[in-house]
Amino acid sequence: MPTGPYSRSDGDAFVRSSASLPHGAEAPIPRTVLRRAHLLDARGDHGVHDLWLSGGRIEALDAGGEAEVELDANGLLVTPAFIDPHVHLRTPGQEEKEDLASGLAAAAAGGYGTVVSMANTDPVVDDPAIVSDLCERSARLGLARLRPAAALSLGLRGERLSDYAALRAAGAVMVTDDGVPVVDSHLQRRACEYAFELGLVVQTHSEDPSLRADGVMHEGRVSQALGLPGNPAEAEAIMVFRDCEIAQLTGARVHIAHVSSERGLRVVEWFKEQGVNVTCEVTPHHLTLTDTVWERFDPVFKVAPPLRTARDVAALKDALRRGLVDCIGSDHAPHTRAEKDRDLLAAPFGLPNIEVAFALLYTELVLGGEITLTTLLDLVQGGPARVMGWPEPTLEPGAPADIVLLDLDSERPVDPATFLSKARFSPWEGSVLRGWPAATLVAGRIAFSRPSEGPG
Amino acid sequence: MLPDSMPLADGAAPRARRRHLLDLGGWSRTEVSALFDTSDVMAQVMQRTIKKVPALQGFTVGTLFFEDSTRTRLSFERAARAQSADVIGFAAGGSSLSKGESLKDTLLTIDAMQADLYVVRHHAAGAAHQIARWTDALVVNAGDGRRAHPTQALLDAYTFRQHFPDFDGFEGKRLSIVGDVEHSRVARSNIALWTLLGAEVALCGPRTLLPAPLGERPGLTLTHRVEEALEGAHAVMALRLQTERMAKGLLPSLAEYRQRYQVTTERMRLAHPDALVMHPGPMNRDVELEGVLADSPRSVIEQQVANGVPVRMAVLYTLLVGSR
Repeated sequence: MPTGPYSRSDGDAFVRSSASLPHGAEAPIPRTVLRRAHLLDARGDHGVHDLWLSGGRIEALDAGGEAEVELDANGLLVTPAFIDPHVHLRTPGQEEKEDLASGLAAAAAGGYGTVVSMANTDPVVDDPAIVSDLCERSARLGLARLRPAAALSLGLRGERLSDYAALRAAGAVMVTDDGVPVVDSHLQRRACEYAFELGLVVQTHSEDPSLRADGVMHEGRVSQALGLPGNPAEAEAIMVFRDCEIAQLTGARVHIAHVSSERGLRVVEWFKEQGVNVTCEVTPHHLTLTDTVWERFDPVFKVAPPLRTARDVAALKDALRRGLVDCIGSDHAPHTRAEKDRDLLAAPFGLPNIEVAFALLYTELVLGGEITLTTLLDLVQGGPARVMGWPEPTLEPGAPADIVLLDLDSERPVDPATFLSKARFSPWEGSVLRGWPAATLVAGRIAFSRPSEGPG
Repeated sequence: MLPDSMPLADGAAPRARRRHLLDLGGWSRTEVSALFDTSDVMAQVMQRTIKKVPALQGFTVGTLFFEDSTRTRLSFERAARAQSADVIGFAAGGSSLSKGESLKDTLLTIDAMQADLYVVRHHAAGAAHQIARWTDALVVNAGDGRRAHPTQALLDAYTFRQHFPDFDGFEGKRLSIVGDVEHSRVARSNIALWTLLGAEVALCGPRTLLPAPLGERPGLTLTHRVEEALEGAHAVMALRLQTERMAKGLLPSLAEYRQRYQVTTERMRLAHPDALVMHPGPMNRDVELEGVLADSPRSVIEQQVANGVPVRMAVLYTLLVGSR
């Protein structure tokens, strides 16, 4: 565990206790105090206090008494750790791209206390045993918490439903074929009906595969100039429309993943206005990059859905301001460097971003004057919690001690070589950002602490 | 937010463009004119009894073809050998070299052979740019996906100049490109070059093969009526129509395409009296171009192929030895 600006009253005991114990409430978790913490949560700004944690939960402000671990927040912003409803941890079967240890460490480094992992692995997460295994193995790591999504259809084949009840019992919180749009509208309907009765969120990757065709980037002026096969925004809008109609038909809790286009957003808005119970997320990359980056001919920019135009980005930002977007989903999608060193047609879709997501959005959107810090925090705290049907994260006594310490002032360039993710490349390499997490605590224990941060 | 250290293809490439020929962006009329003058010298070499000069002795040119192309590869190899360069050829498309390997790994393997310049053909747009990032050698793009085929455009314009010899003669001239513009790197490079030289370019084809965003630049007109495109044209270029386009629903039938878009003797009556008929090859005779017209005195198709060698000689020489 790297040391930072934190002093420990009993360093050895801390190291021993944090090395191998699970998050479980029964495990002995050191009583911890966070000195000089500037507390901020959805209820407001609570000023600077000592925050006491015990048993993996928040105990009280300024409680006093004996602390087994003492940390100095040194006036940093202390706020509930973030929740990401959309990450790819590539486990099981694709551990060359990412594994639980690297992915959940990367999540903690990004300030995330909880992530929902997608099911498009090899084998697919359509078996309760895989879900249980993911839950158990991740809990032992002492990093960010993992709540797995299960496949909507067996093998992501879009033919038969997977065993939702058993998957849910094993720990699955969502069903989705993310990565592979569900073509069969009848199956989508049945999935929604069945998931609804079990309280599972249905997340959709809304792109019409036949209209998307072989497109590798947004279809428009840039794709035409570059001679690359395009994927029109209409492919997204059409499928968002279908998925919203099925949400309306079934009453299910439908969450539209990674809305990327103005046209897709408008469809979501139209259904929300009618009171349909549909939520949506946008990604950090769709909020900060446009299709013109393809002029660099770098496969790192190849994502699905594709990076859109400046007009779409403006519409996404506007939707954040208007409260139309429910949360940020990172769609952290690691690949090996070799896979991203293929040609633009052969390289896989997806980029790693969970370690830079908050700093990127804080710098570009909050410091850029687009949205307030309060809005951004809600998009990574209360927003995703509401999407998932979880309690809103706060710093109230009794709440889980999932906390992030944010350093809003220090500037730091994005350096992929320091990523904890196995995917050590980034579209934002070299960008100087502010708003980096200095440390993340999950269930009262340090899951991440930035090396050589602060006064030391 | 994009870091300044990462060059954009348009912005950064001043340095890259000095070195490579990846596309025609950033070229000036003067540079093109100088290249054509060098091509004239090379054309004279090719008319000698001994068609060889020592200009590139000691240089090694690697032909790196991830996509099959006999014509273009032969033309480049001839251009290199006529100047005494050594040529090493990699037909990476069919070899085990590229199977399951990243483009970068393949390139690094080949780069160990230490060529001075690579001629790259690849089915994916941008491949030549990627390779240029990974090697210290020079890179000439011999066609990347649908994006660019700069030497083809150069030899097309060079051929045109031989018939309309005043260089400034591109000003006020009209090139019509008819057919599958959407999938054509030849069209994209010719659009870039001829508009740079001051010509007007008219694009023509069915809407499925001629998307509207292509027309959004000055010097371009876009039409779906072949008669309109050919009106007053000084050069008419028919593009190869790949028959799989029908299977993908882009065209109803070959017969209908012929009837609506084939460049014919009859339709050429609308063009300028001295208008040239061009085709980048390989040609589907009697599909995009009427056979008798391809064989007529107006056709410069064979001359285009012949000019490929001196123009590519000039490109290799200019990049390796001269400065543009």
